[in-house]
This record gives sequence, C-alpha cells and structure tokens, in this order.
Amino acid sequence: MRRIAASGAAVLSLALAATACGGDTKTASSGSQELKGQTVSVAGVWTGVEQKNFKKVLDAFSAKTGARTTFVSTGDNVSTVVGSKIEGGNAPDVVMVPQVGVLQQFARKGWLAKLSGKAFKATAANFAPVWWDYGSVDGDFYGVYFKASHKSTVWYSPQALDQAGVTPPKTYADLLKAGHTVSDSGLAAFSVAGEAGWPLTDWFENIYLSQAGPKNYDKLAGHRIKWTDPTVVKALTTLGKLFRDKALVAGGGAKALQTDFPESVEQVFGRQAKAAMVYEGDFVGALVADQFHKTVGQDAKFFPFPAVDGGKPPVVGGGDAAVVLKAGKNRKAAMKFVEYLATPEAAAVWAEAGGYISPNRKLDPASYKDDTTRRTAESLVKAGDSVRFDMSDQAPAAFGGTQGAGEWKLLQDFLRDPSDPAATARKLEDAAAKAYQKD
Amino acid sequence: MAVTARHAPPAKAGGAPPSRSTPSGNPRRRAARRRRLIALVFLFPALLLLGALVAYPIVFSVGRSLFDASGDRFVGVDNYSEMFSDPATLTAIRNTAIWVVVAPMLLTGLGLVLAVLTEKVRWATAFKLLIFMPMAISFLAAGIIFRVVYEQDPERGVLNAVAVGVHDAFKEGSAYPDARARLGQGLDPRGDGSYRTGPNLAPGRTVSLGLVGVPPKDIPAEARPAAKAASASAAAHELRGVVYVDFTPGGGGRPGRVDPKEKGLPGLTVEAVREGKVTARSTTAADGSFRFSGLSPGSGYALQLPRKNFAKPYTGIAWLGPALVTPAIIAAYMWIWTGFAMVLIGAGLAALPRETLEAARVDGASEWQIFRRITVPLLGPVLGVVFVTLVINVMKVFDLVYIIAPGPVQQDANVLAMQMWLVSFGGGNNQGLGSAIGVLLLLLVAPAMFLNIRRFRRSQS
Repeated sequence: MRRIAASGAAVLSLALAATACGGDTKTASSGSQELKGQTVSVAGVWTGVEQKNFKKVLDAFSAKTGARTTFVSTGDNVSTVVGSKIEGGNAPDVVMVPQVGVLQQFARKGWLAKLSGKAFKATAANFAPVWWDYGSVDGDFYGVYFKASHKSTVWYSPQALDQAGVTPPKTYADLLKAGHTVSDSGLAAFSVAGEAGWPLTDWFENIYLSQAGPKNYDKLAGHRIKWTDPTVVKALTTLGKLFRDKALVAGGGAKALQTDFPESVEQVFGRQAKAAMVYEGDFVGALVADQFHKTVGQDAKFFPFPAVDGGKPPVVGGGDAAVVLKAGKNRKAAMKFVEYLATPEAAAVWAEAGGYISPNRKLDPASYKDDTTRRTAESLVKAGDSVRFDMSDQAPAAFGGTQGAGEWKLLQDFLRDPSDPAATARKLEDAAAKAYQKD
Repeated sequence: MAVTARHAPPAKAGGAPPSRSTPSGNPRRRAARRRRLIALVFLFPALLLLGALVAYPIVFSVGRSLFDASGDRFVGVDNYSEMFSDPATLTAIRNTAIWVVVAPMLLTGLGLVLAVLTEKVRWATAFKLLIFMPMAISFLAAGIIFRVVYEQDPERGVLNAVAVGVHDAFKEGSAYPDARARLGQGLDPRGDGSYRTGPNLAPGRTVSLGLVGVPPKDIPAEARPAAKAASASAAAHELRGVVYVDFTPGGGGRPGRVDPKEKGLPGLTVEAVREGKVTARSTTAADGSFRFSGLSPGSGYALQLPRKNFAKPYTGIAWLGPALVTPAIIAAYMWIWTGFAMVLIGAGLAALPRETLEAARVDGASEWQIFRRITVPLLGPVLGVVFVTLVINVMKVFDLVYIIAPGPVQQDANVLAMQMWLVSFGGGNNQGLGSAIGVLLLLLVAPAMFLNIRRFRRSQS
C-alpha cells in the first residue's frame, strides 16, 4: 500500500526482507507432543520485527504440541503468492490473510477449508461477534482474527497541545475548535498525508461510521447504498470543514498533497514540528518509536477519534485472519494451529513481545508491554460489535486500493478543492459503480 | 552441407527410368529438400523461442483484448472503444506522444553535440566516461534519485534548494510569514494580504493590534511584553499602539486583550492611512509599540499592516506538480540516455573518412560549415539508428514514470506502458482492456521497428 518511499532505504529493506523470507524450522522440546512429526507451514505478509514476533507464537505452538512449524513471508501481494503456490502444489497449510476482501476472495475461489467446530466455539467465546462475522463468508466460518489494527486514533504531541492550552477533544466540533486554538498558537493543527490516498479514505471512514452509524457503513461498504446518498454528502461536508481550513491543515490542501504518510508523522514528531496532530492507526506509534526515537506515551500520545454530530466515537479496525487452505497437506495440524490462535494464550505470546493488539477479549490487558498499546487494545475490545473494518479494504481494489484512481484519487481531488461535496460524491459513485460491476 | 549434394553425378539425371522421376526421386530436388530440412533443423530452436516468446504472446494478447475483465465473455471491440473514451488512457496517449516527439529528438541532438565536442577536448575519454556512467544505474535507482532531486521541500530537493537560495539572495523574506490577525477584533483582512482597521481612529488614542499564528521560533529574542505600551496614553496629535501576539502560551489568554505574558512583535511596518492614502509609516519597537505624531487632531485615520510583513516565503518550483511532471521525468530520462546517444554517435564520428573533412578544411570551409554540410550528412545513418532506437525505447518507458510521479499526479504523468500495467495488474484487474492497450502500443512501435529493420537490411546489402 505504501508507495516506494523517496529513499533508497525502502529498496534496501525490501531486499533484506526477501533474503529473510526463507522458511525456518523449529522443533519442540516439551508439551503434550500429540502432533509430533507433523509440520505446519504458515504464510503471512509479515516481515522484519513482526515476522520475528510471530515466530515466537509458532514456537509456543511447537512447544505445546510437538509439531514443526515453518513461516514463509509472502510480501504485500498475498493472493498472487498463495495462488501460485496452490497451483505449484506447494500450498502452505495456514495463511494469515491481511484483509477481509482477500479472505472473501479466497473463500469464493474455493481455496479455504471450513474451520472446525472447536475453532468456532473458541472464537465465539473469546471474540465479539463482529469478528467471526468478518471471518465468515456466506454463512460458513473460515477465518480466526489473530492480530487486529485500530484505525481510529488521533496522535498528538503533548507539548504542542500544552503550548496551546488545549486538552484532547471528545467531539468533532471540539476537535475543530481545539485545532483553531492550536493554529492561533503558531502551529498548524493537523498534518494530513494526502500524497498517499489511503489515509484520506480512513479519515472519511471514521467520520462516516460515527455520523451515519454502523448500519449505513455496512451498506456503503457493500455498495448497497449509493455514494450519492445524503449521508455520504454530509460526511464529505463534515470532512471538508477540516480540509478547507488553511489554519487547520499544515500548509493547506496543496501542501498536504505532497505529504506522504511517514512525512505526515514527521511533521508532528520530527525534529521540526510543523503540526500538532496527525490522524492514523495504531501503527503511528511504532513509526514514532522506530524512526523518530520518541517515547510513545510521553512524547507521543493519542486520543480516540472523536464522535461526530452526536454519534458514537468510531472504531475502524482491521486484522489478519488465520485461514486453512484445502490444498495444504496437514489439515489436522493446521486446524489445531488455528484453534490455538483463537486462545488468549497465543495472543499473550505476541502481546508480550510488543507491536501487537489482539481482538481477543479474554486476553489479560496486563500482557501488553506498554500503556499506549494497552489503551488501544482496550478501546478496540470495548467497542465490541461496533468495530467496523476499513471500508476501502472491503471494496474492489480498483475503487478502494489503487494509487491514482478510484476513491484515493477522488478524495485527493477533494482535499485540493473541498468546495463541492455533492460533485465528489457523484464522481465516487461513478467510480464505485464501475468497479463493483467488474468485480 | 550442400557440398555433398553437388557431387551427385549429372549423368544420372538423364538416364533415369521414368518410374524414378517422381519429385522425391529427383536427386536435385532431393538435395534441395534436404537442404531445406537441414535449414529447418538449424532454425528450429530459434523459431521455437521466437514463437513461444514473441509470436504466441502477440496472438494471445490480440485475442485477450477481445474479451472482458474475467476473460470469459467475448466483447468484440468494446475494450478498444473504452480505451479511447477513458480520460486516463487519453492522457497516457497524449503523454506518450509528447515523450516520442521530445525525448529522442533532444537526446540525438545532445548526443551529437557532445560527441562532436568531446572529439576536440583534451580529457575526452574521462568526459565520455562521466556522461556514460548514468547508463550503469538502473531506472529504479535513478528514479529514486530524481524523486528526491525534484522534491518540493527545499530542505530535501536539491533543485528547489538552489531555486530558493537564488531567489532569497535577491529578495528577502518577511519576518512573520505565518502571522494573521485575530478576526473580529477590529483588524480585518483586505484580500491582498494586508490588514486594516476601521477608518475612524482619531489621534489621541492607543490601539492594540492582535496577531495570532506566530510560531514561537519566529518571535525574536528581543521581543518584550506589550502590556505596558498598550496602556500608555497618547497626546492629542498622535496615534499610539502595539502590535502583539494575541496568544498566551499554555492558554488562558483573552482574545482581543493584551494579557501580561503576551509579547509585542518588533520590526513590523505599520502605516497610517487617511482617506485611502498612506500618510505616515512607522516600525514597531521591541515591545511591539509604534507611534505616529504630528497628525491633525479631529480627523479619522486607519492603521494598516501592509502585506510585506506577511509575505509567504518562496518555496521553489513545483517540479512534480501536474504541469511540470512530464518534462521533469523526461529530463531524468535524458540524464540516463545521453551517454548512449553520445557514444554511438561518437563511434560513427570516428569512422568518418578523414580525407573528406581535410579536403573541406583545405577548401576553406569554416568549422560550422563542416559540421553542417559534411559531418551531419555523413552521420545520417548513425543518427537514424540512434533516433529510431530511442523512439522504441521511449514508448516503453515505465519505471521512471512510476517511481518519480507522486500519487496525486500519477495520472498527469501517465504513459501508455504504465497505463497498460495499471489497468491489467495495478488495481484495475482488467486484463482485457490491458491487452487492448498493449496491442495499441505494439501498433505504435511497429513502424519504428519496420524502419529499423529496413535500414539494417540496406546496410547489409
């Protein structure tokens, strides 16, 4: 999703990731050993630290059951890699799919095995219903969400808000008001990553979910109501209030369109602060810690995305779901592994390693390494059934996931000139109609 | 191989019985057949490769372009009509046309000039090596380099750093580019970037003009709190006042009031305006205070903060904006390919008959005349090869455009090869339409290919 950044570092890390992709085996030493001699191969998008931490979960499973485990990183394009592996007769047993759209695509292609009753029971007991709903296709249960993301967090620099004398706002109106006060203090209120399209879709989704409610959100996500619906125009108008205001957006819309995502975080937490707040998901915390060497929870804090027009505060999320492939060779061990992932025990392994939140409500919050992660996880679990998945991830890629086209491009145009929400809604509907029809 | 066949005794042909005069029996024909067979055997690997890697994909693409996105439904020429009605593809066609017209021409010209000039300099080899070096850099790496070079932020993009440096050397920026008046407190924007109060300020008053949005780093160290100066009383013939930051750090300030911690802004120009004309000008002191004396009592004045106080800093040129992005990418492309053109033309130059040049010199031709009338015409074939090769190359350009153009202007920089990829794999997932674009690209490249092959043939004969 993130574009090739304007630095060679990206290429370098890619190359490193590619070399680190190879499978790795670990043998078990203790536990019940019921799966001794069997191997579970797992594929997922993770690389680097995430891959390392997921390996810890695999090792814990090995220790428990005696099965050998291997992990293959697929890189960003899961469906292509998994598709070619199935064709090549070398399918992994379990795939961690990163988007609900991919899960549905796999299920419709007939690649997925239905999960066992035990896995379903564990999920029903440990997760809010919305999670097994997103793990099911046409009434059949296929995926256990193991890792979640929280995309309704507004990150801010506490120093900047103190300087302006404002406290984290609870409503969207307060957010704009606080933004104006911050701007009076001599710092732009928000830094908006307009060069990448996806942060803009996330802005819209949060406002829409809170303002129009989860029911409308689901309908729009499935294109069962049109983008020209009055609720969409209203949400765009609300978003436009922020985008239009030169005092609120760092550098105004034109400058925001030249700001990519890491840069938008840098504008708040980098050496020279240009803005006080940046909206994006929980991963901003990791970026702040890794790239700008700030302490999350002290130099960088977040508040939940505020409620819009009397609605509930939105919680837009996402997650990686574990699915079992029909083409895999060790179905039984794979099922066991997925059942294991549904337990709080498995979640605790990664939670202790950090950089992870789990949708599992039975997981003891004390397992999380730091306060900020704990608070994001609690907010996600507390939201229960009102969590909604990223709408653009659910749409066909041509509409919701393509650089320079569809929703990304149209919202960028809207950021440049937010004067006519109705016209933007019409264009969005045109693009959506085309993309959904092809799908 | 054919040698053995020729050794067949000629007498046999005449004295052969009628039954043996069937085509297969005729030794001459048999020999010819054998020759053909052997040729076929030798050609077979090449034909197989060409067939599998060139002919089959072409045929398949043409076929695929007649089907819809899923590949199941025959749609005839729908993809082609969609292609020519889609604004994104039309932009791509327009940009590819710009590329084809501009890039090969400039490159060939530049290569020619450099080749001729390097012939005459001392360190020719070193110079050629330097210019040829970018050819060794991959498009991906070159793209990333130029993406940074063209970056808008002068702190990162070297071109804009130069542009801003040059600009600022001639024109100084303002002290408070981000400041603006707090609205609703008597100081109103006038549309041109300046701020003015109402017209009825009578001399003898003290006025406070509040500004907000001043970053703490822009407030000079010598700035002093403005409260004292704001309460000083003015004589009957003077107007006094302060320009101050109407914001208390940490909050708690009241809008429109000069609170104790709020500082004055030194170095601002304030103008007194009477009946639309500027009658006096003053600069604020360390506590933000200013004073106009010798005004006529009883008449109304307005105070104005002229635009130059707030002029926005020059931020350079939007290289990667919608207007300049294609020329910018073409320039990056030229950086890579100039070496190629130069070296090829240089080789052609070295092979020129010296005596012709010498003869021209002896006849008294000037260097320009020699270049114009002898070198260029003799180099014609080489220039042609370079030009056509570049045309073919330019049509395929993809990586540079993909990497250099930022997301929001990707469509403005789009070219056919990239549009083909975007439509087929980059999210569009419509390989039918993608194939149609591929066929269009093939048709466009074909004439250049044909030209090149013909030229090649002619040079062989």
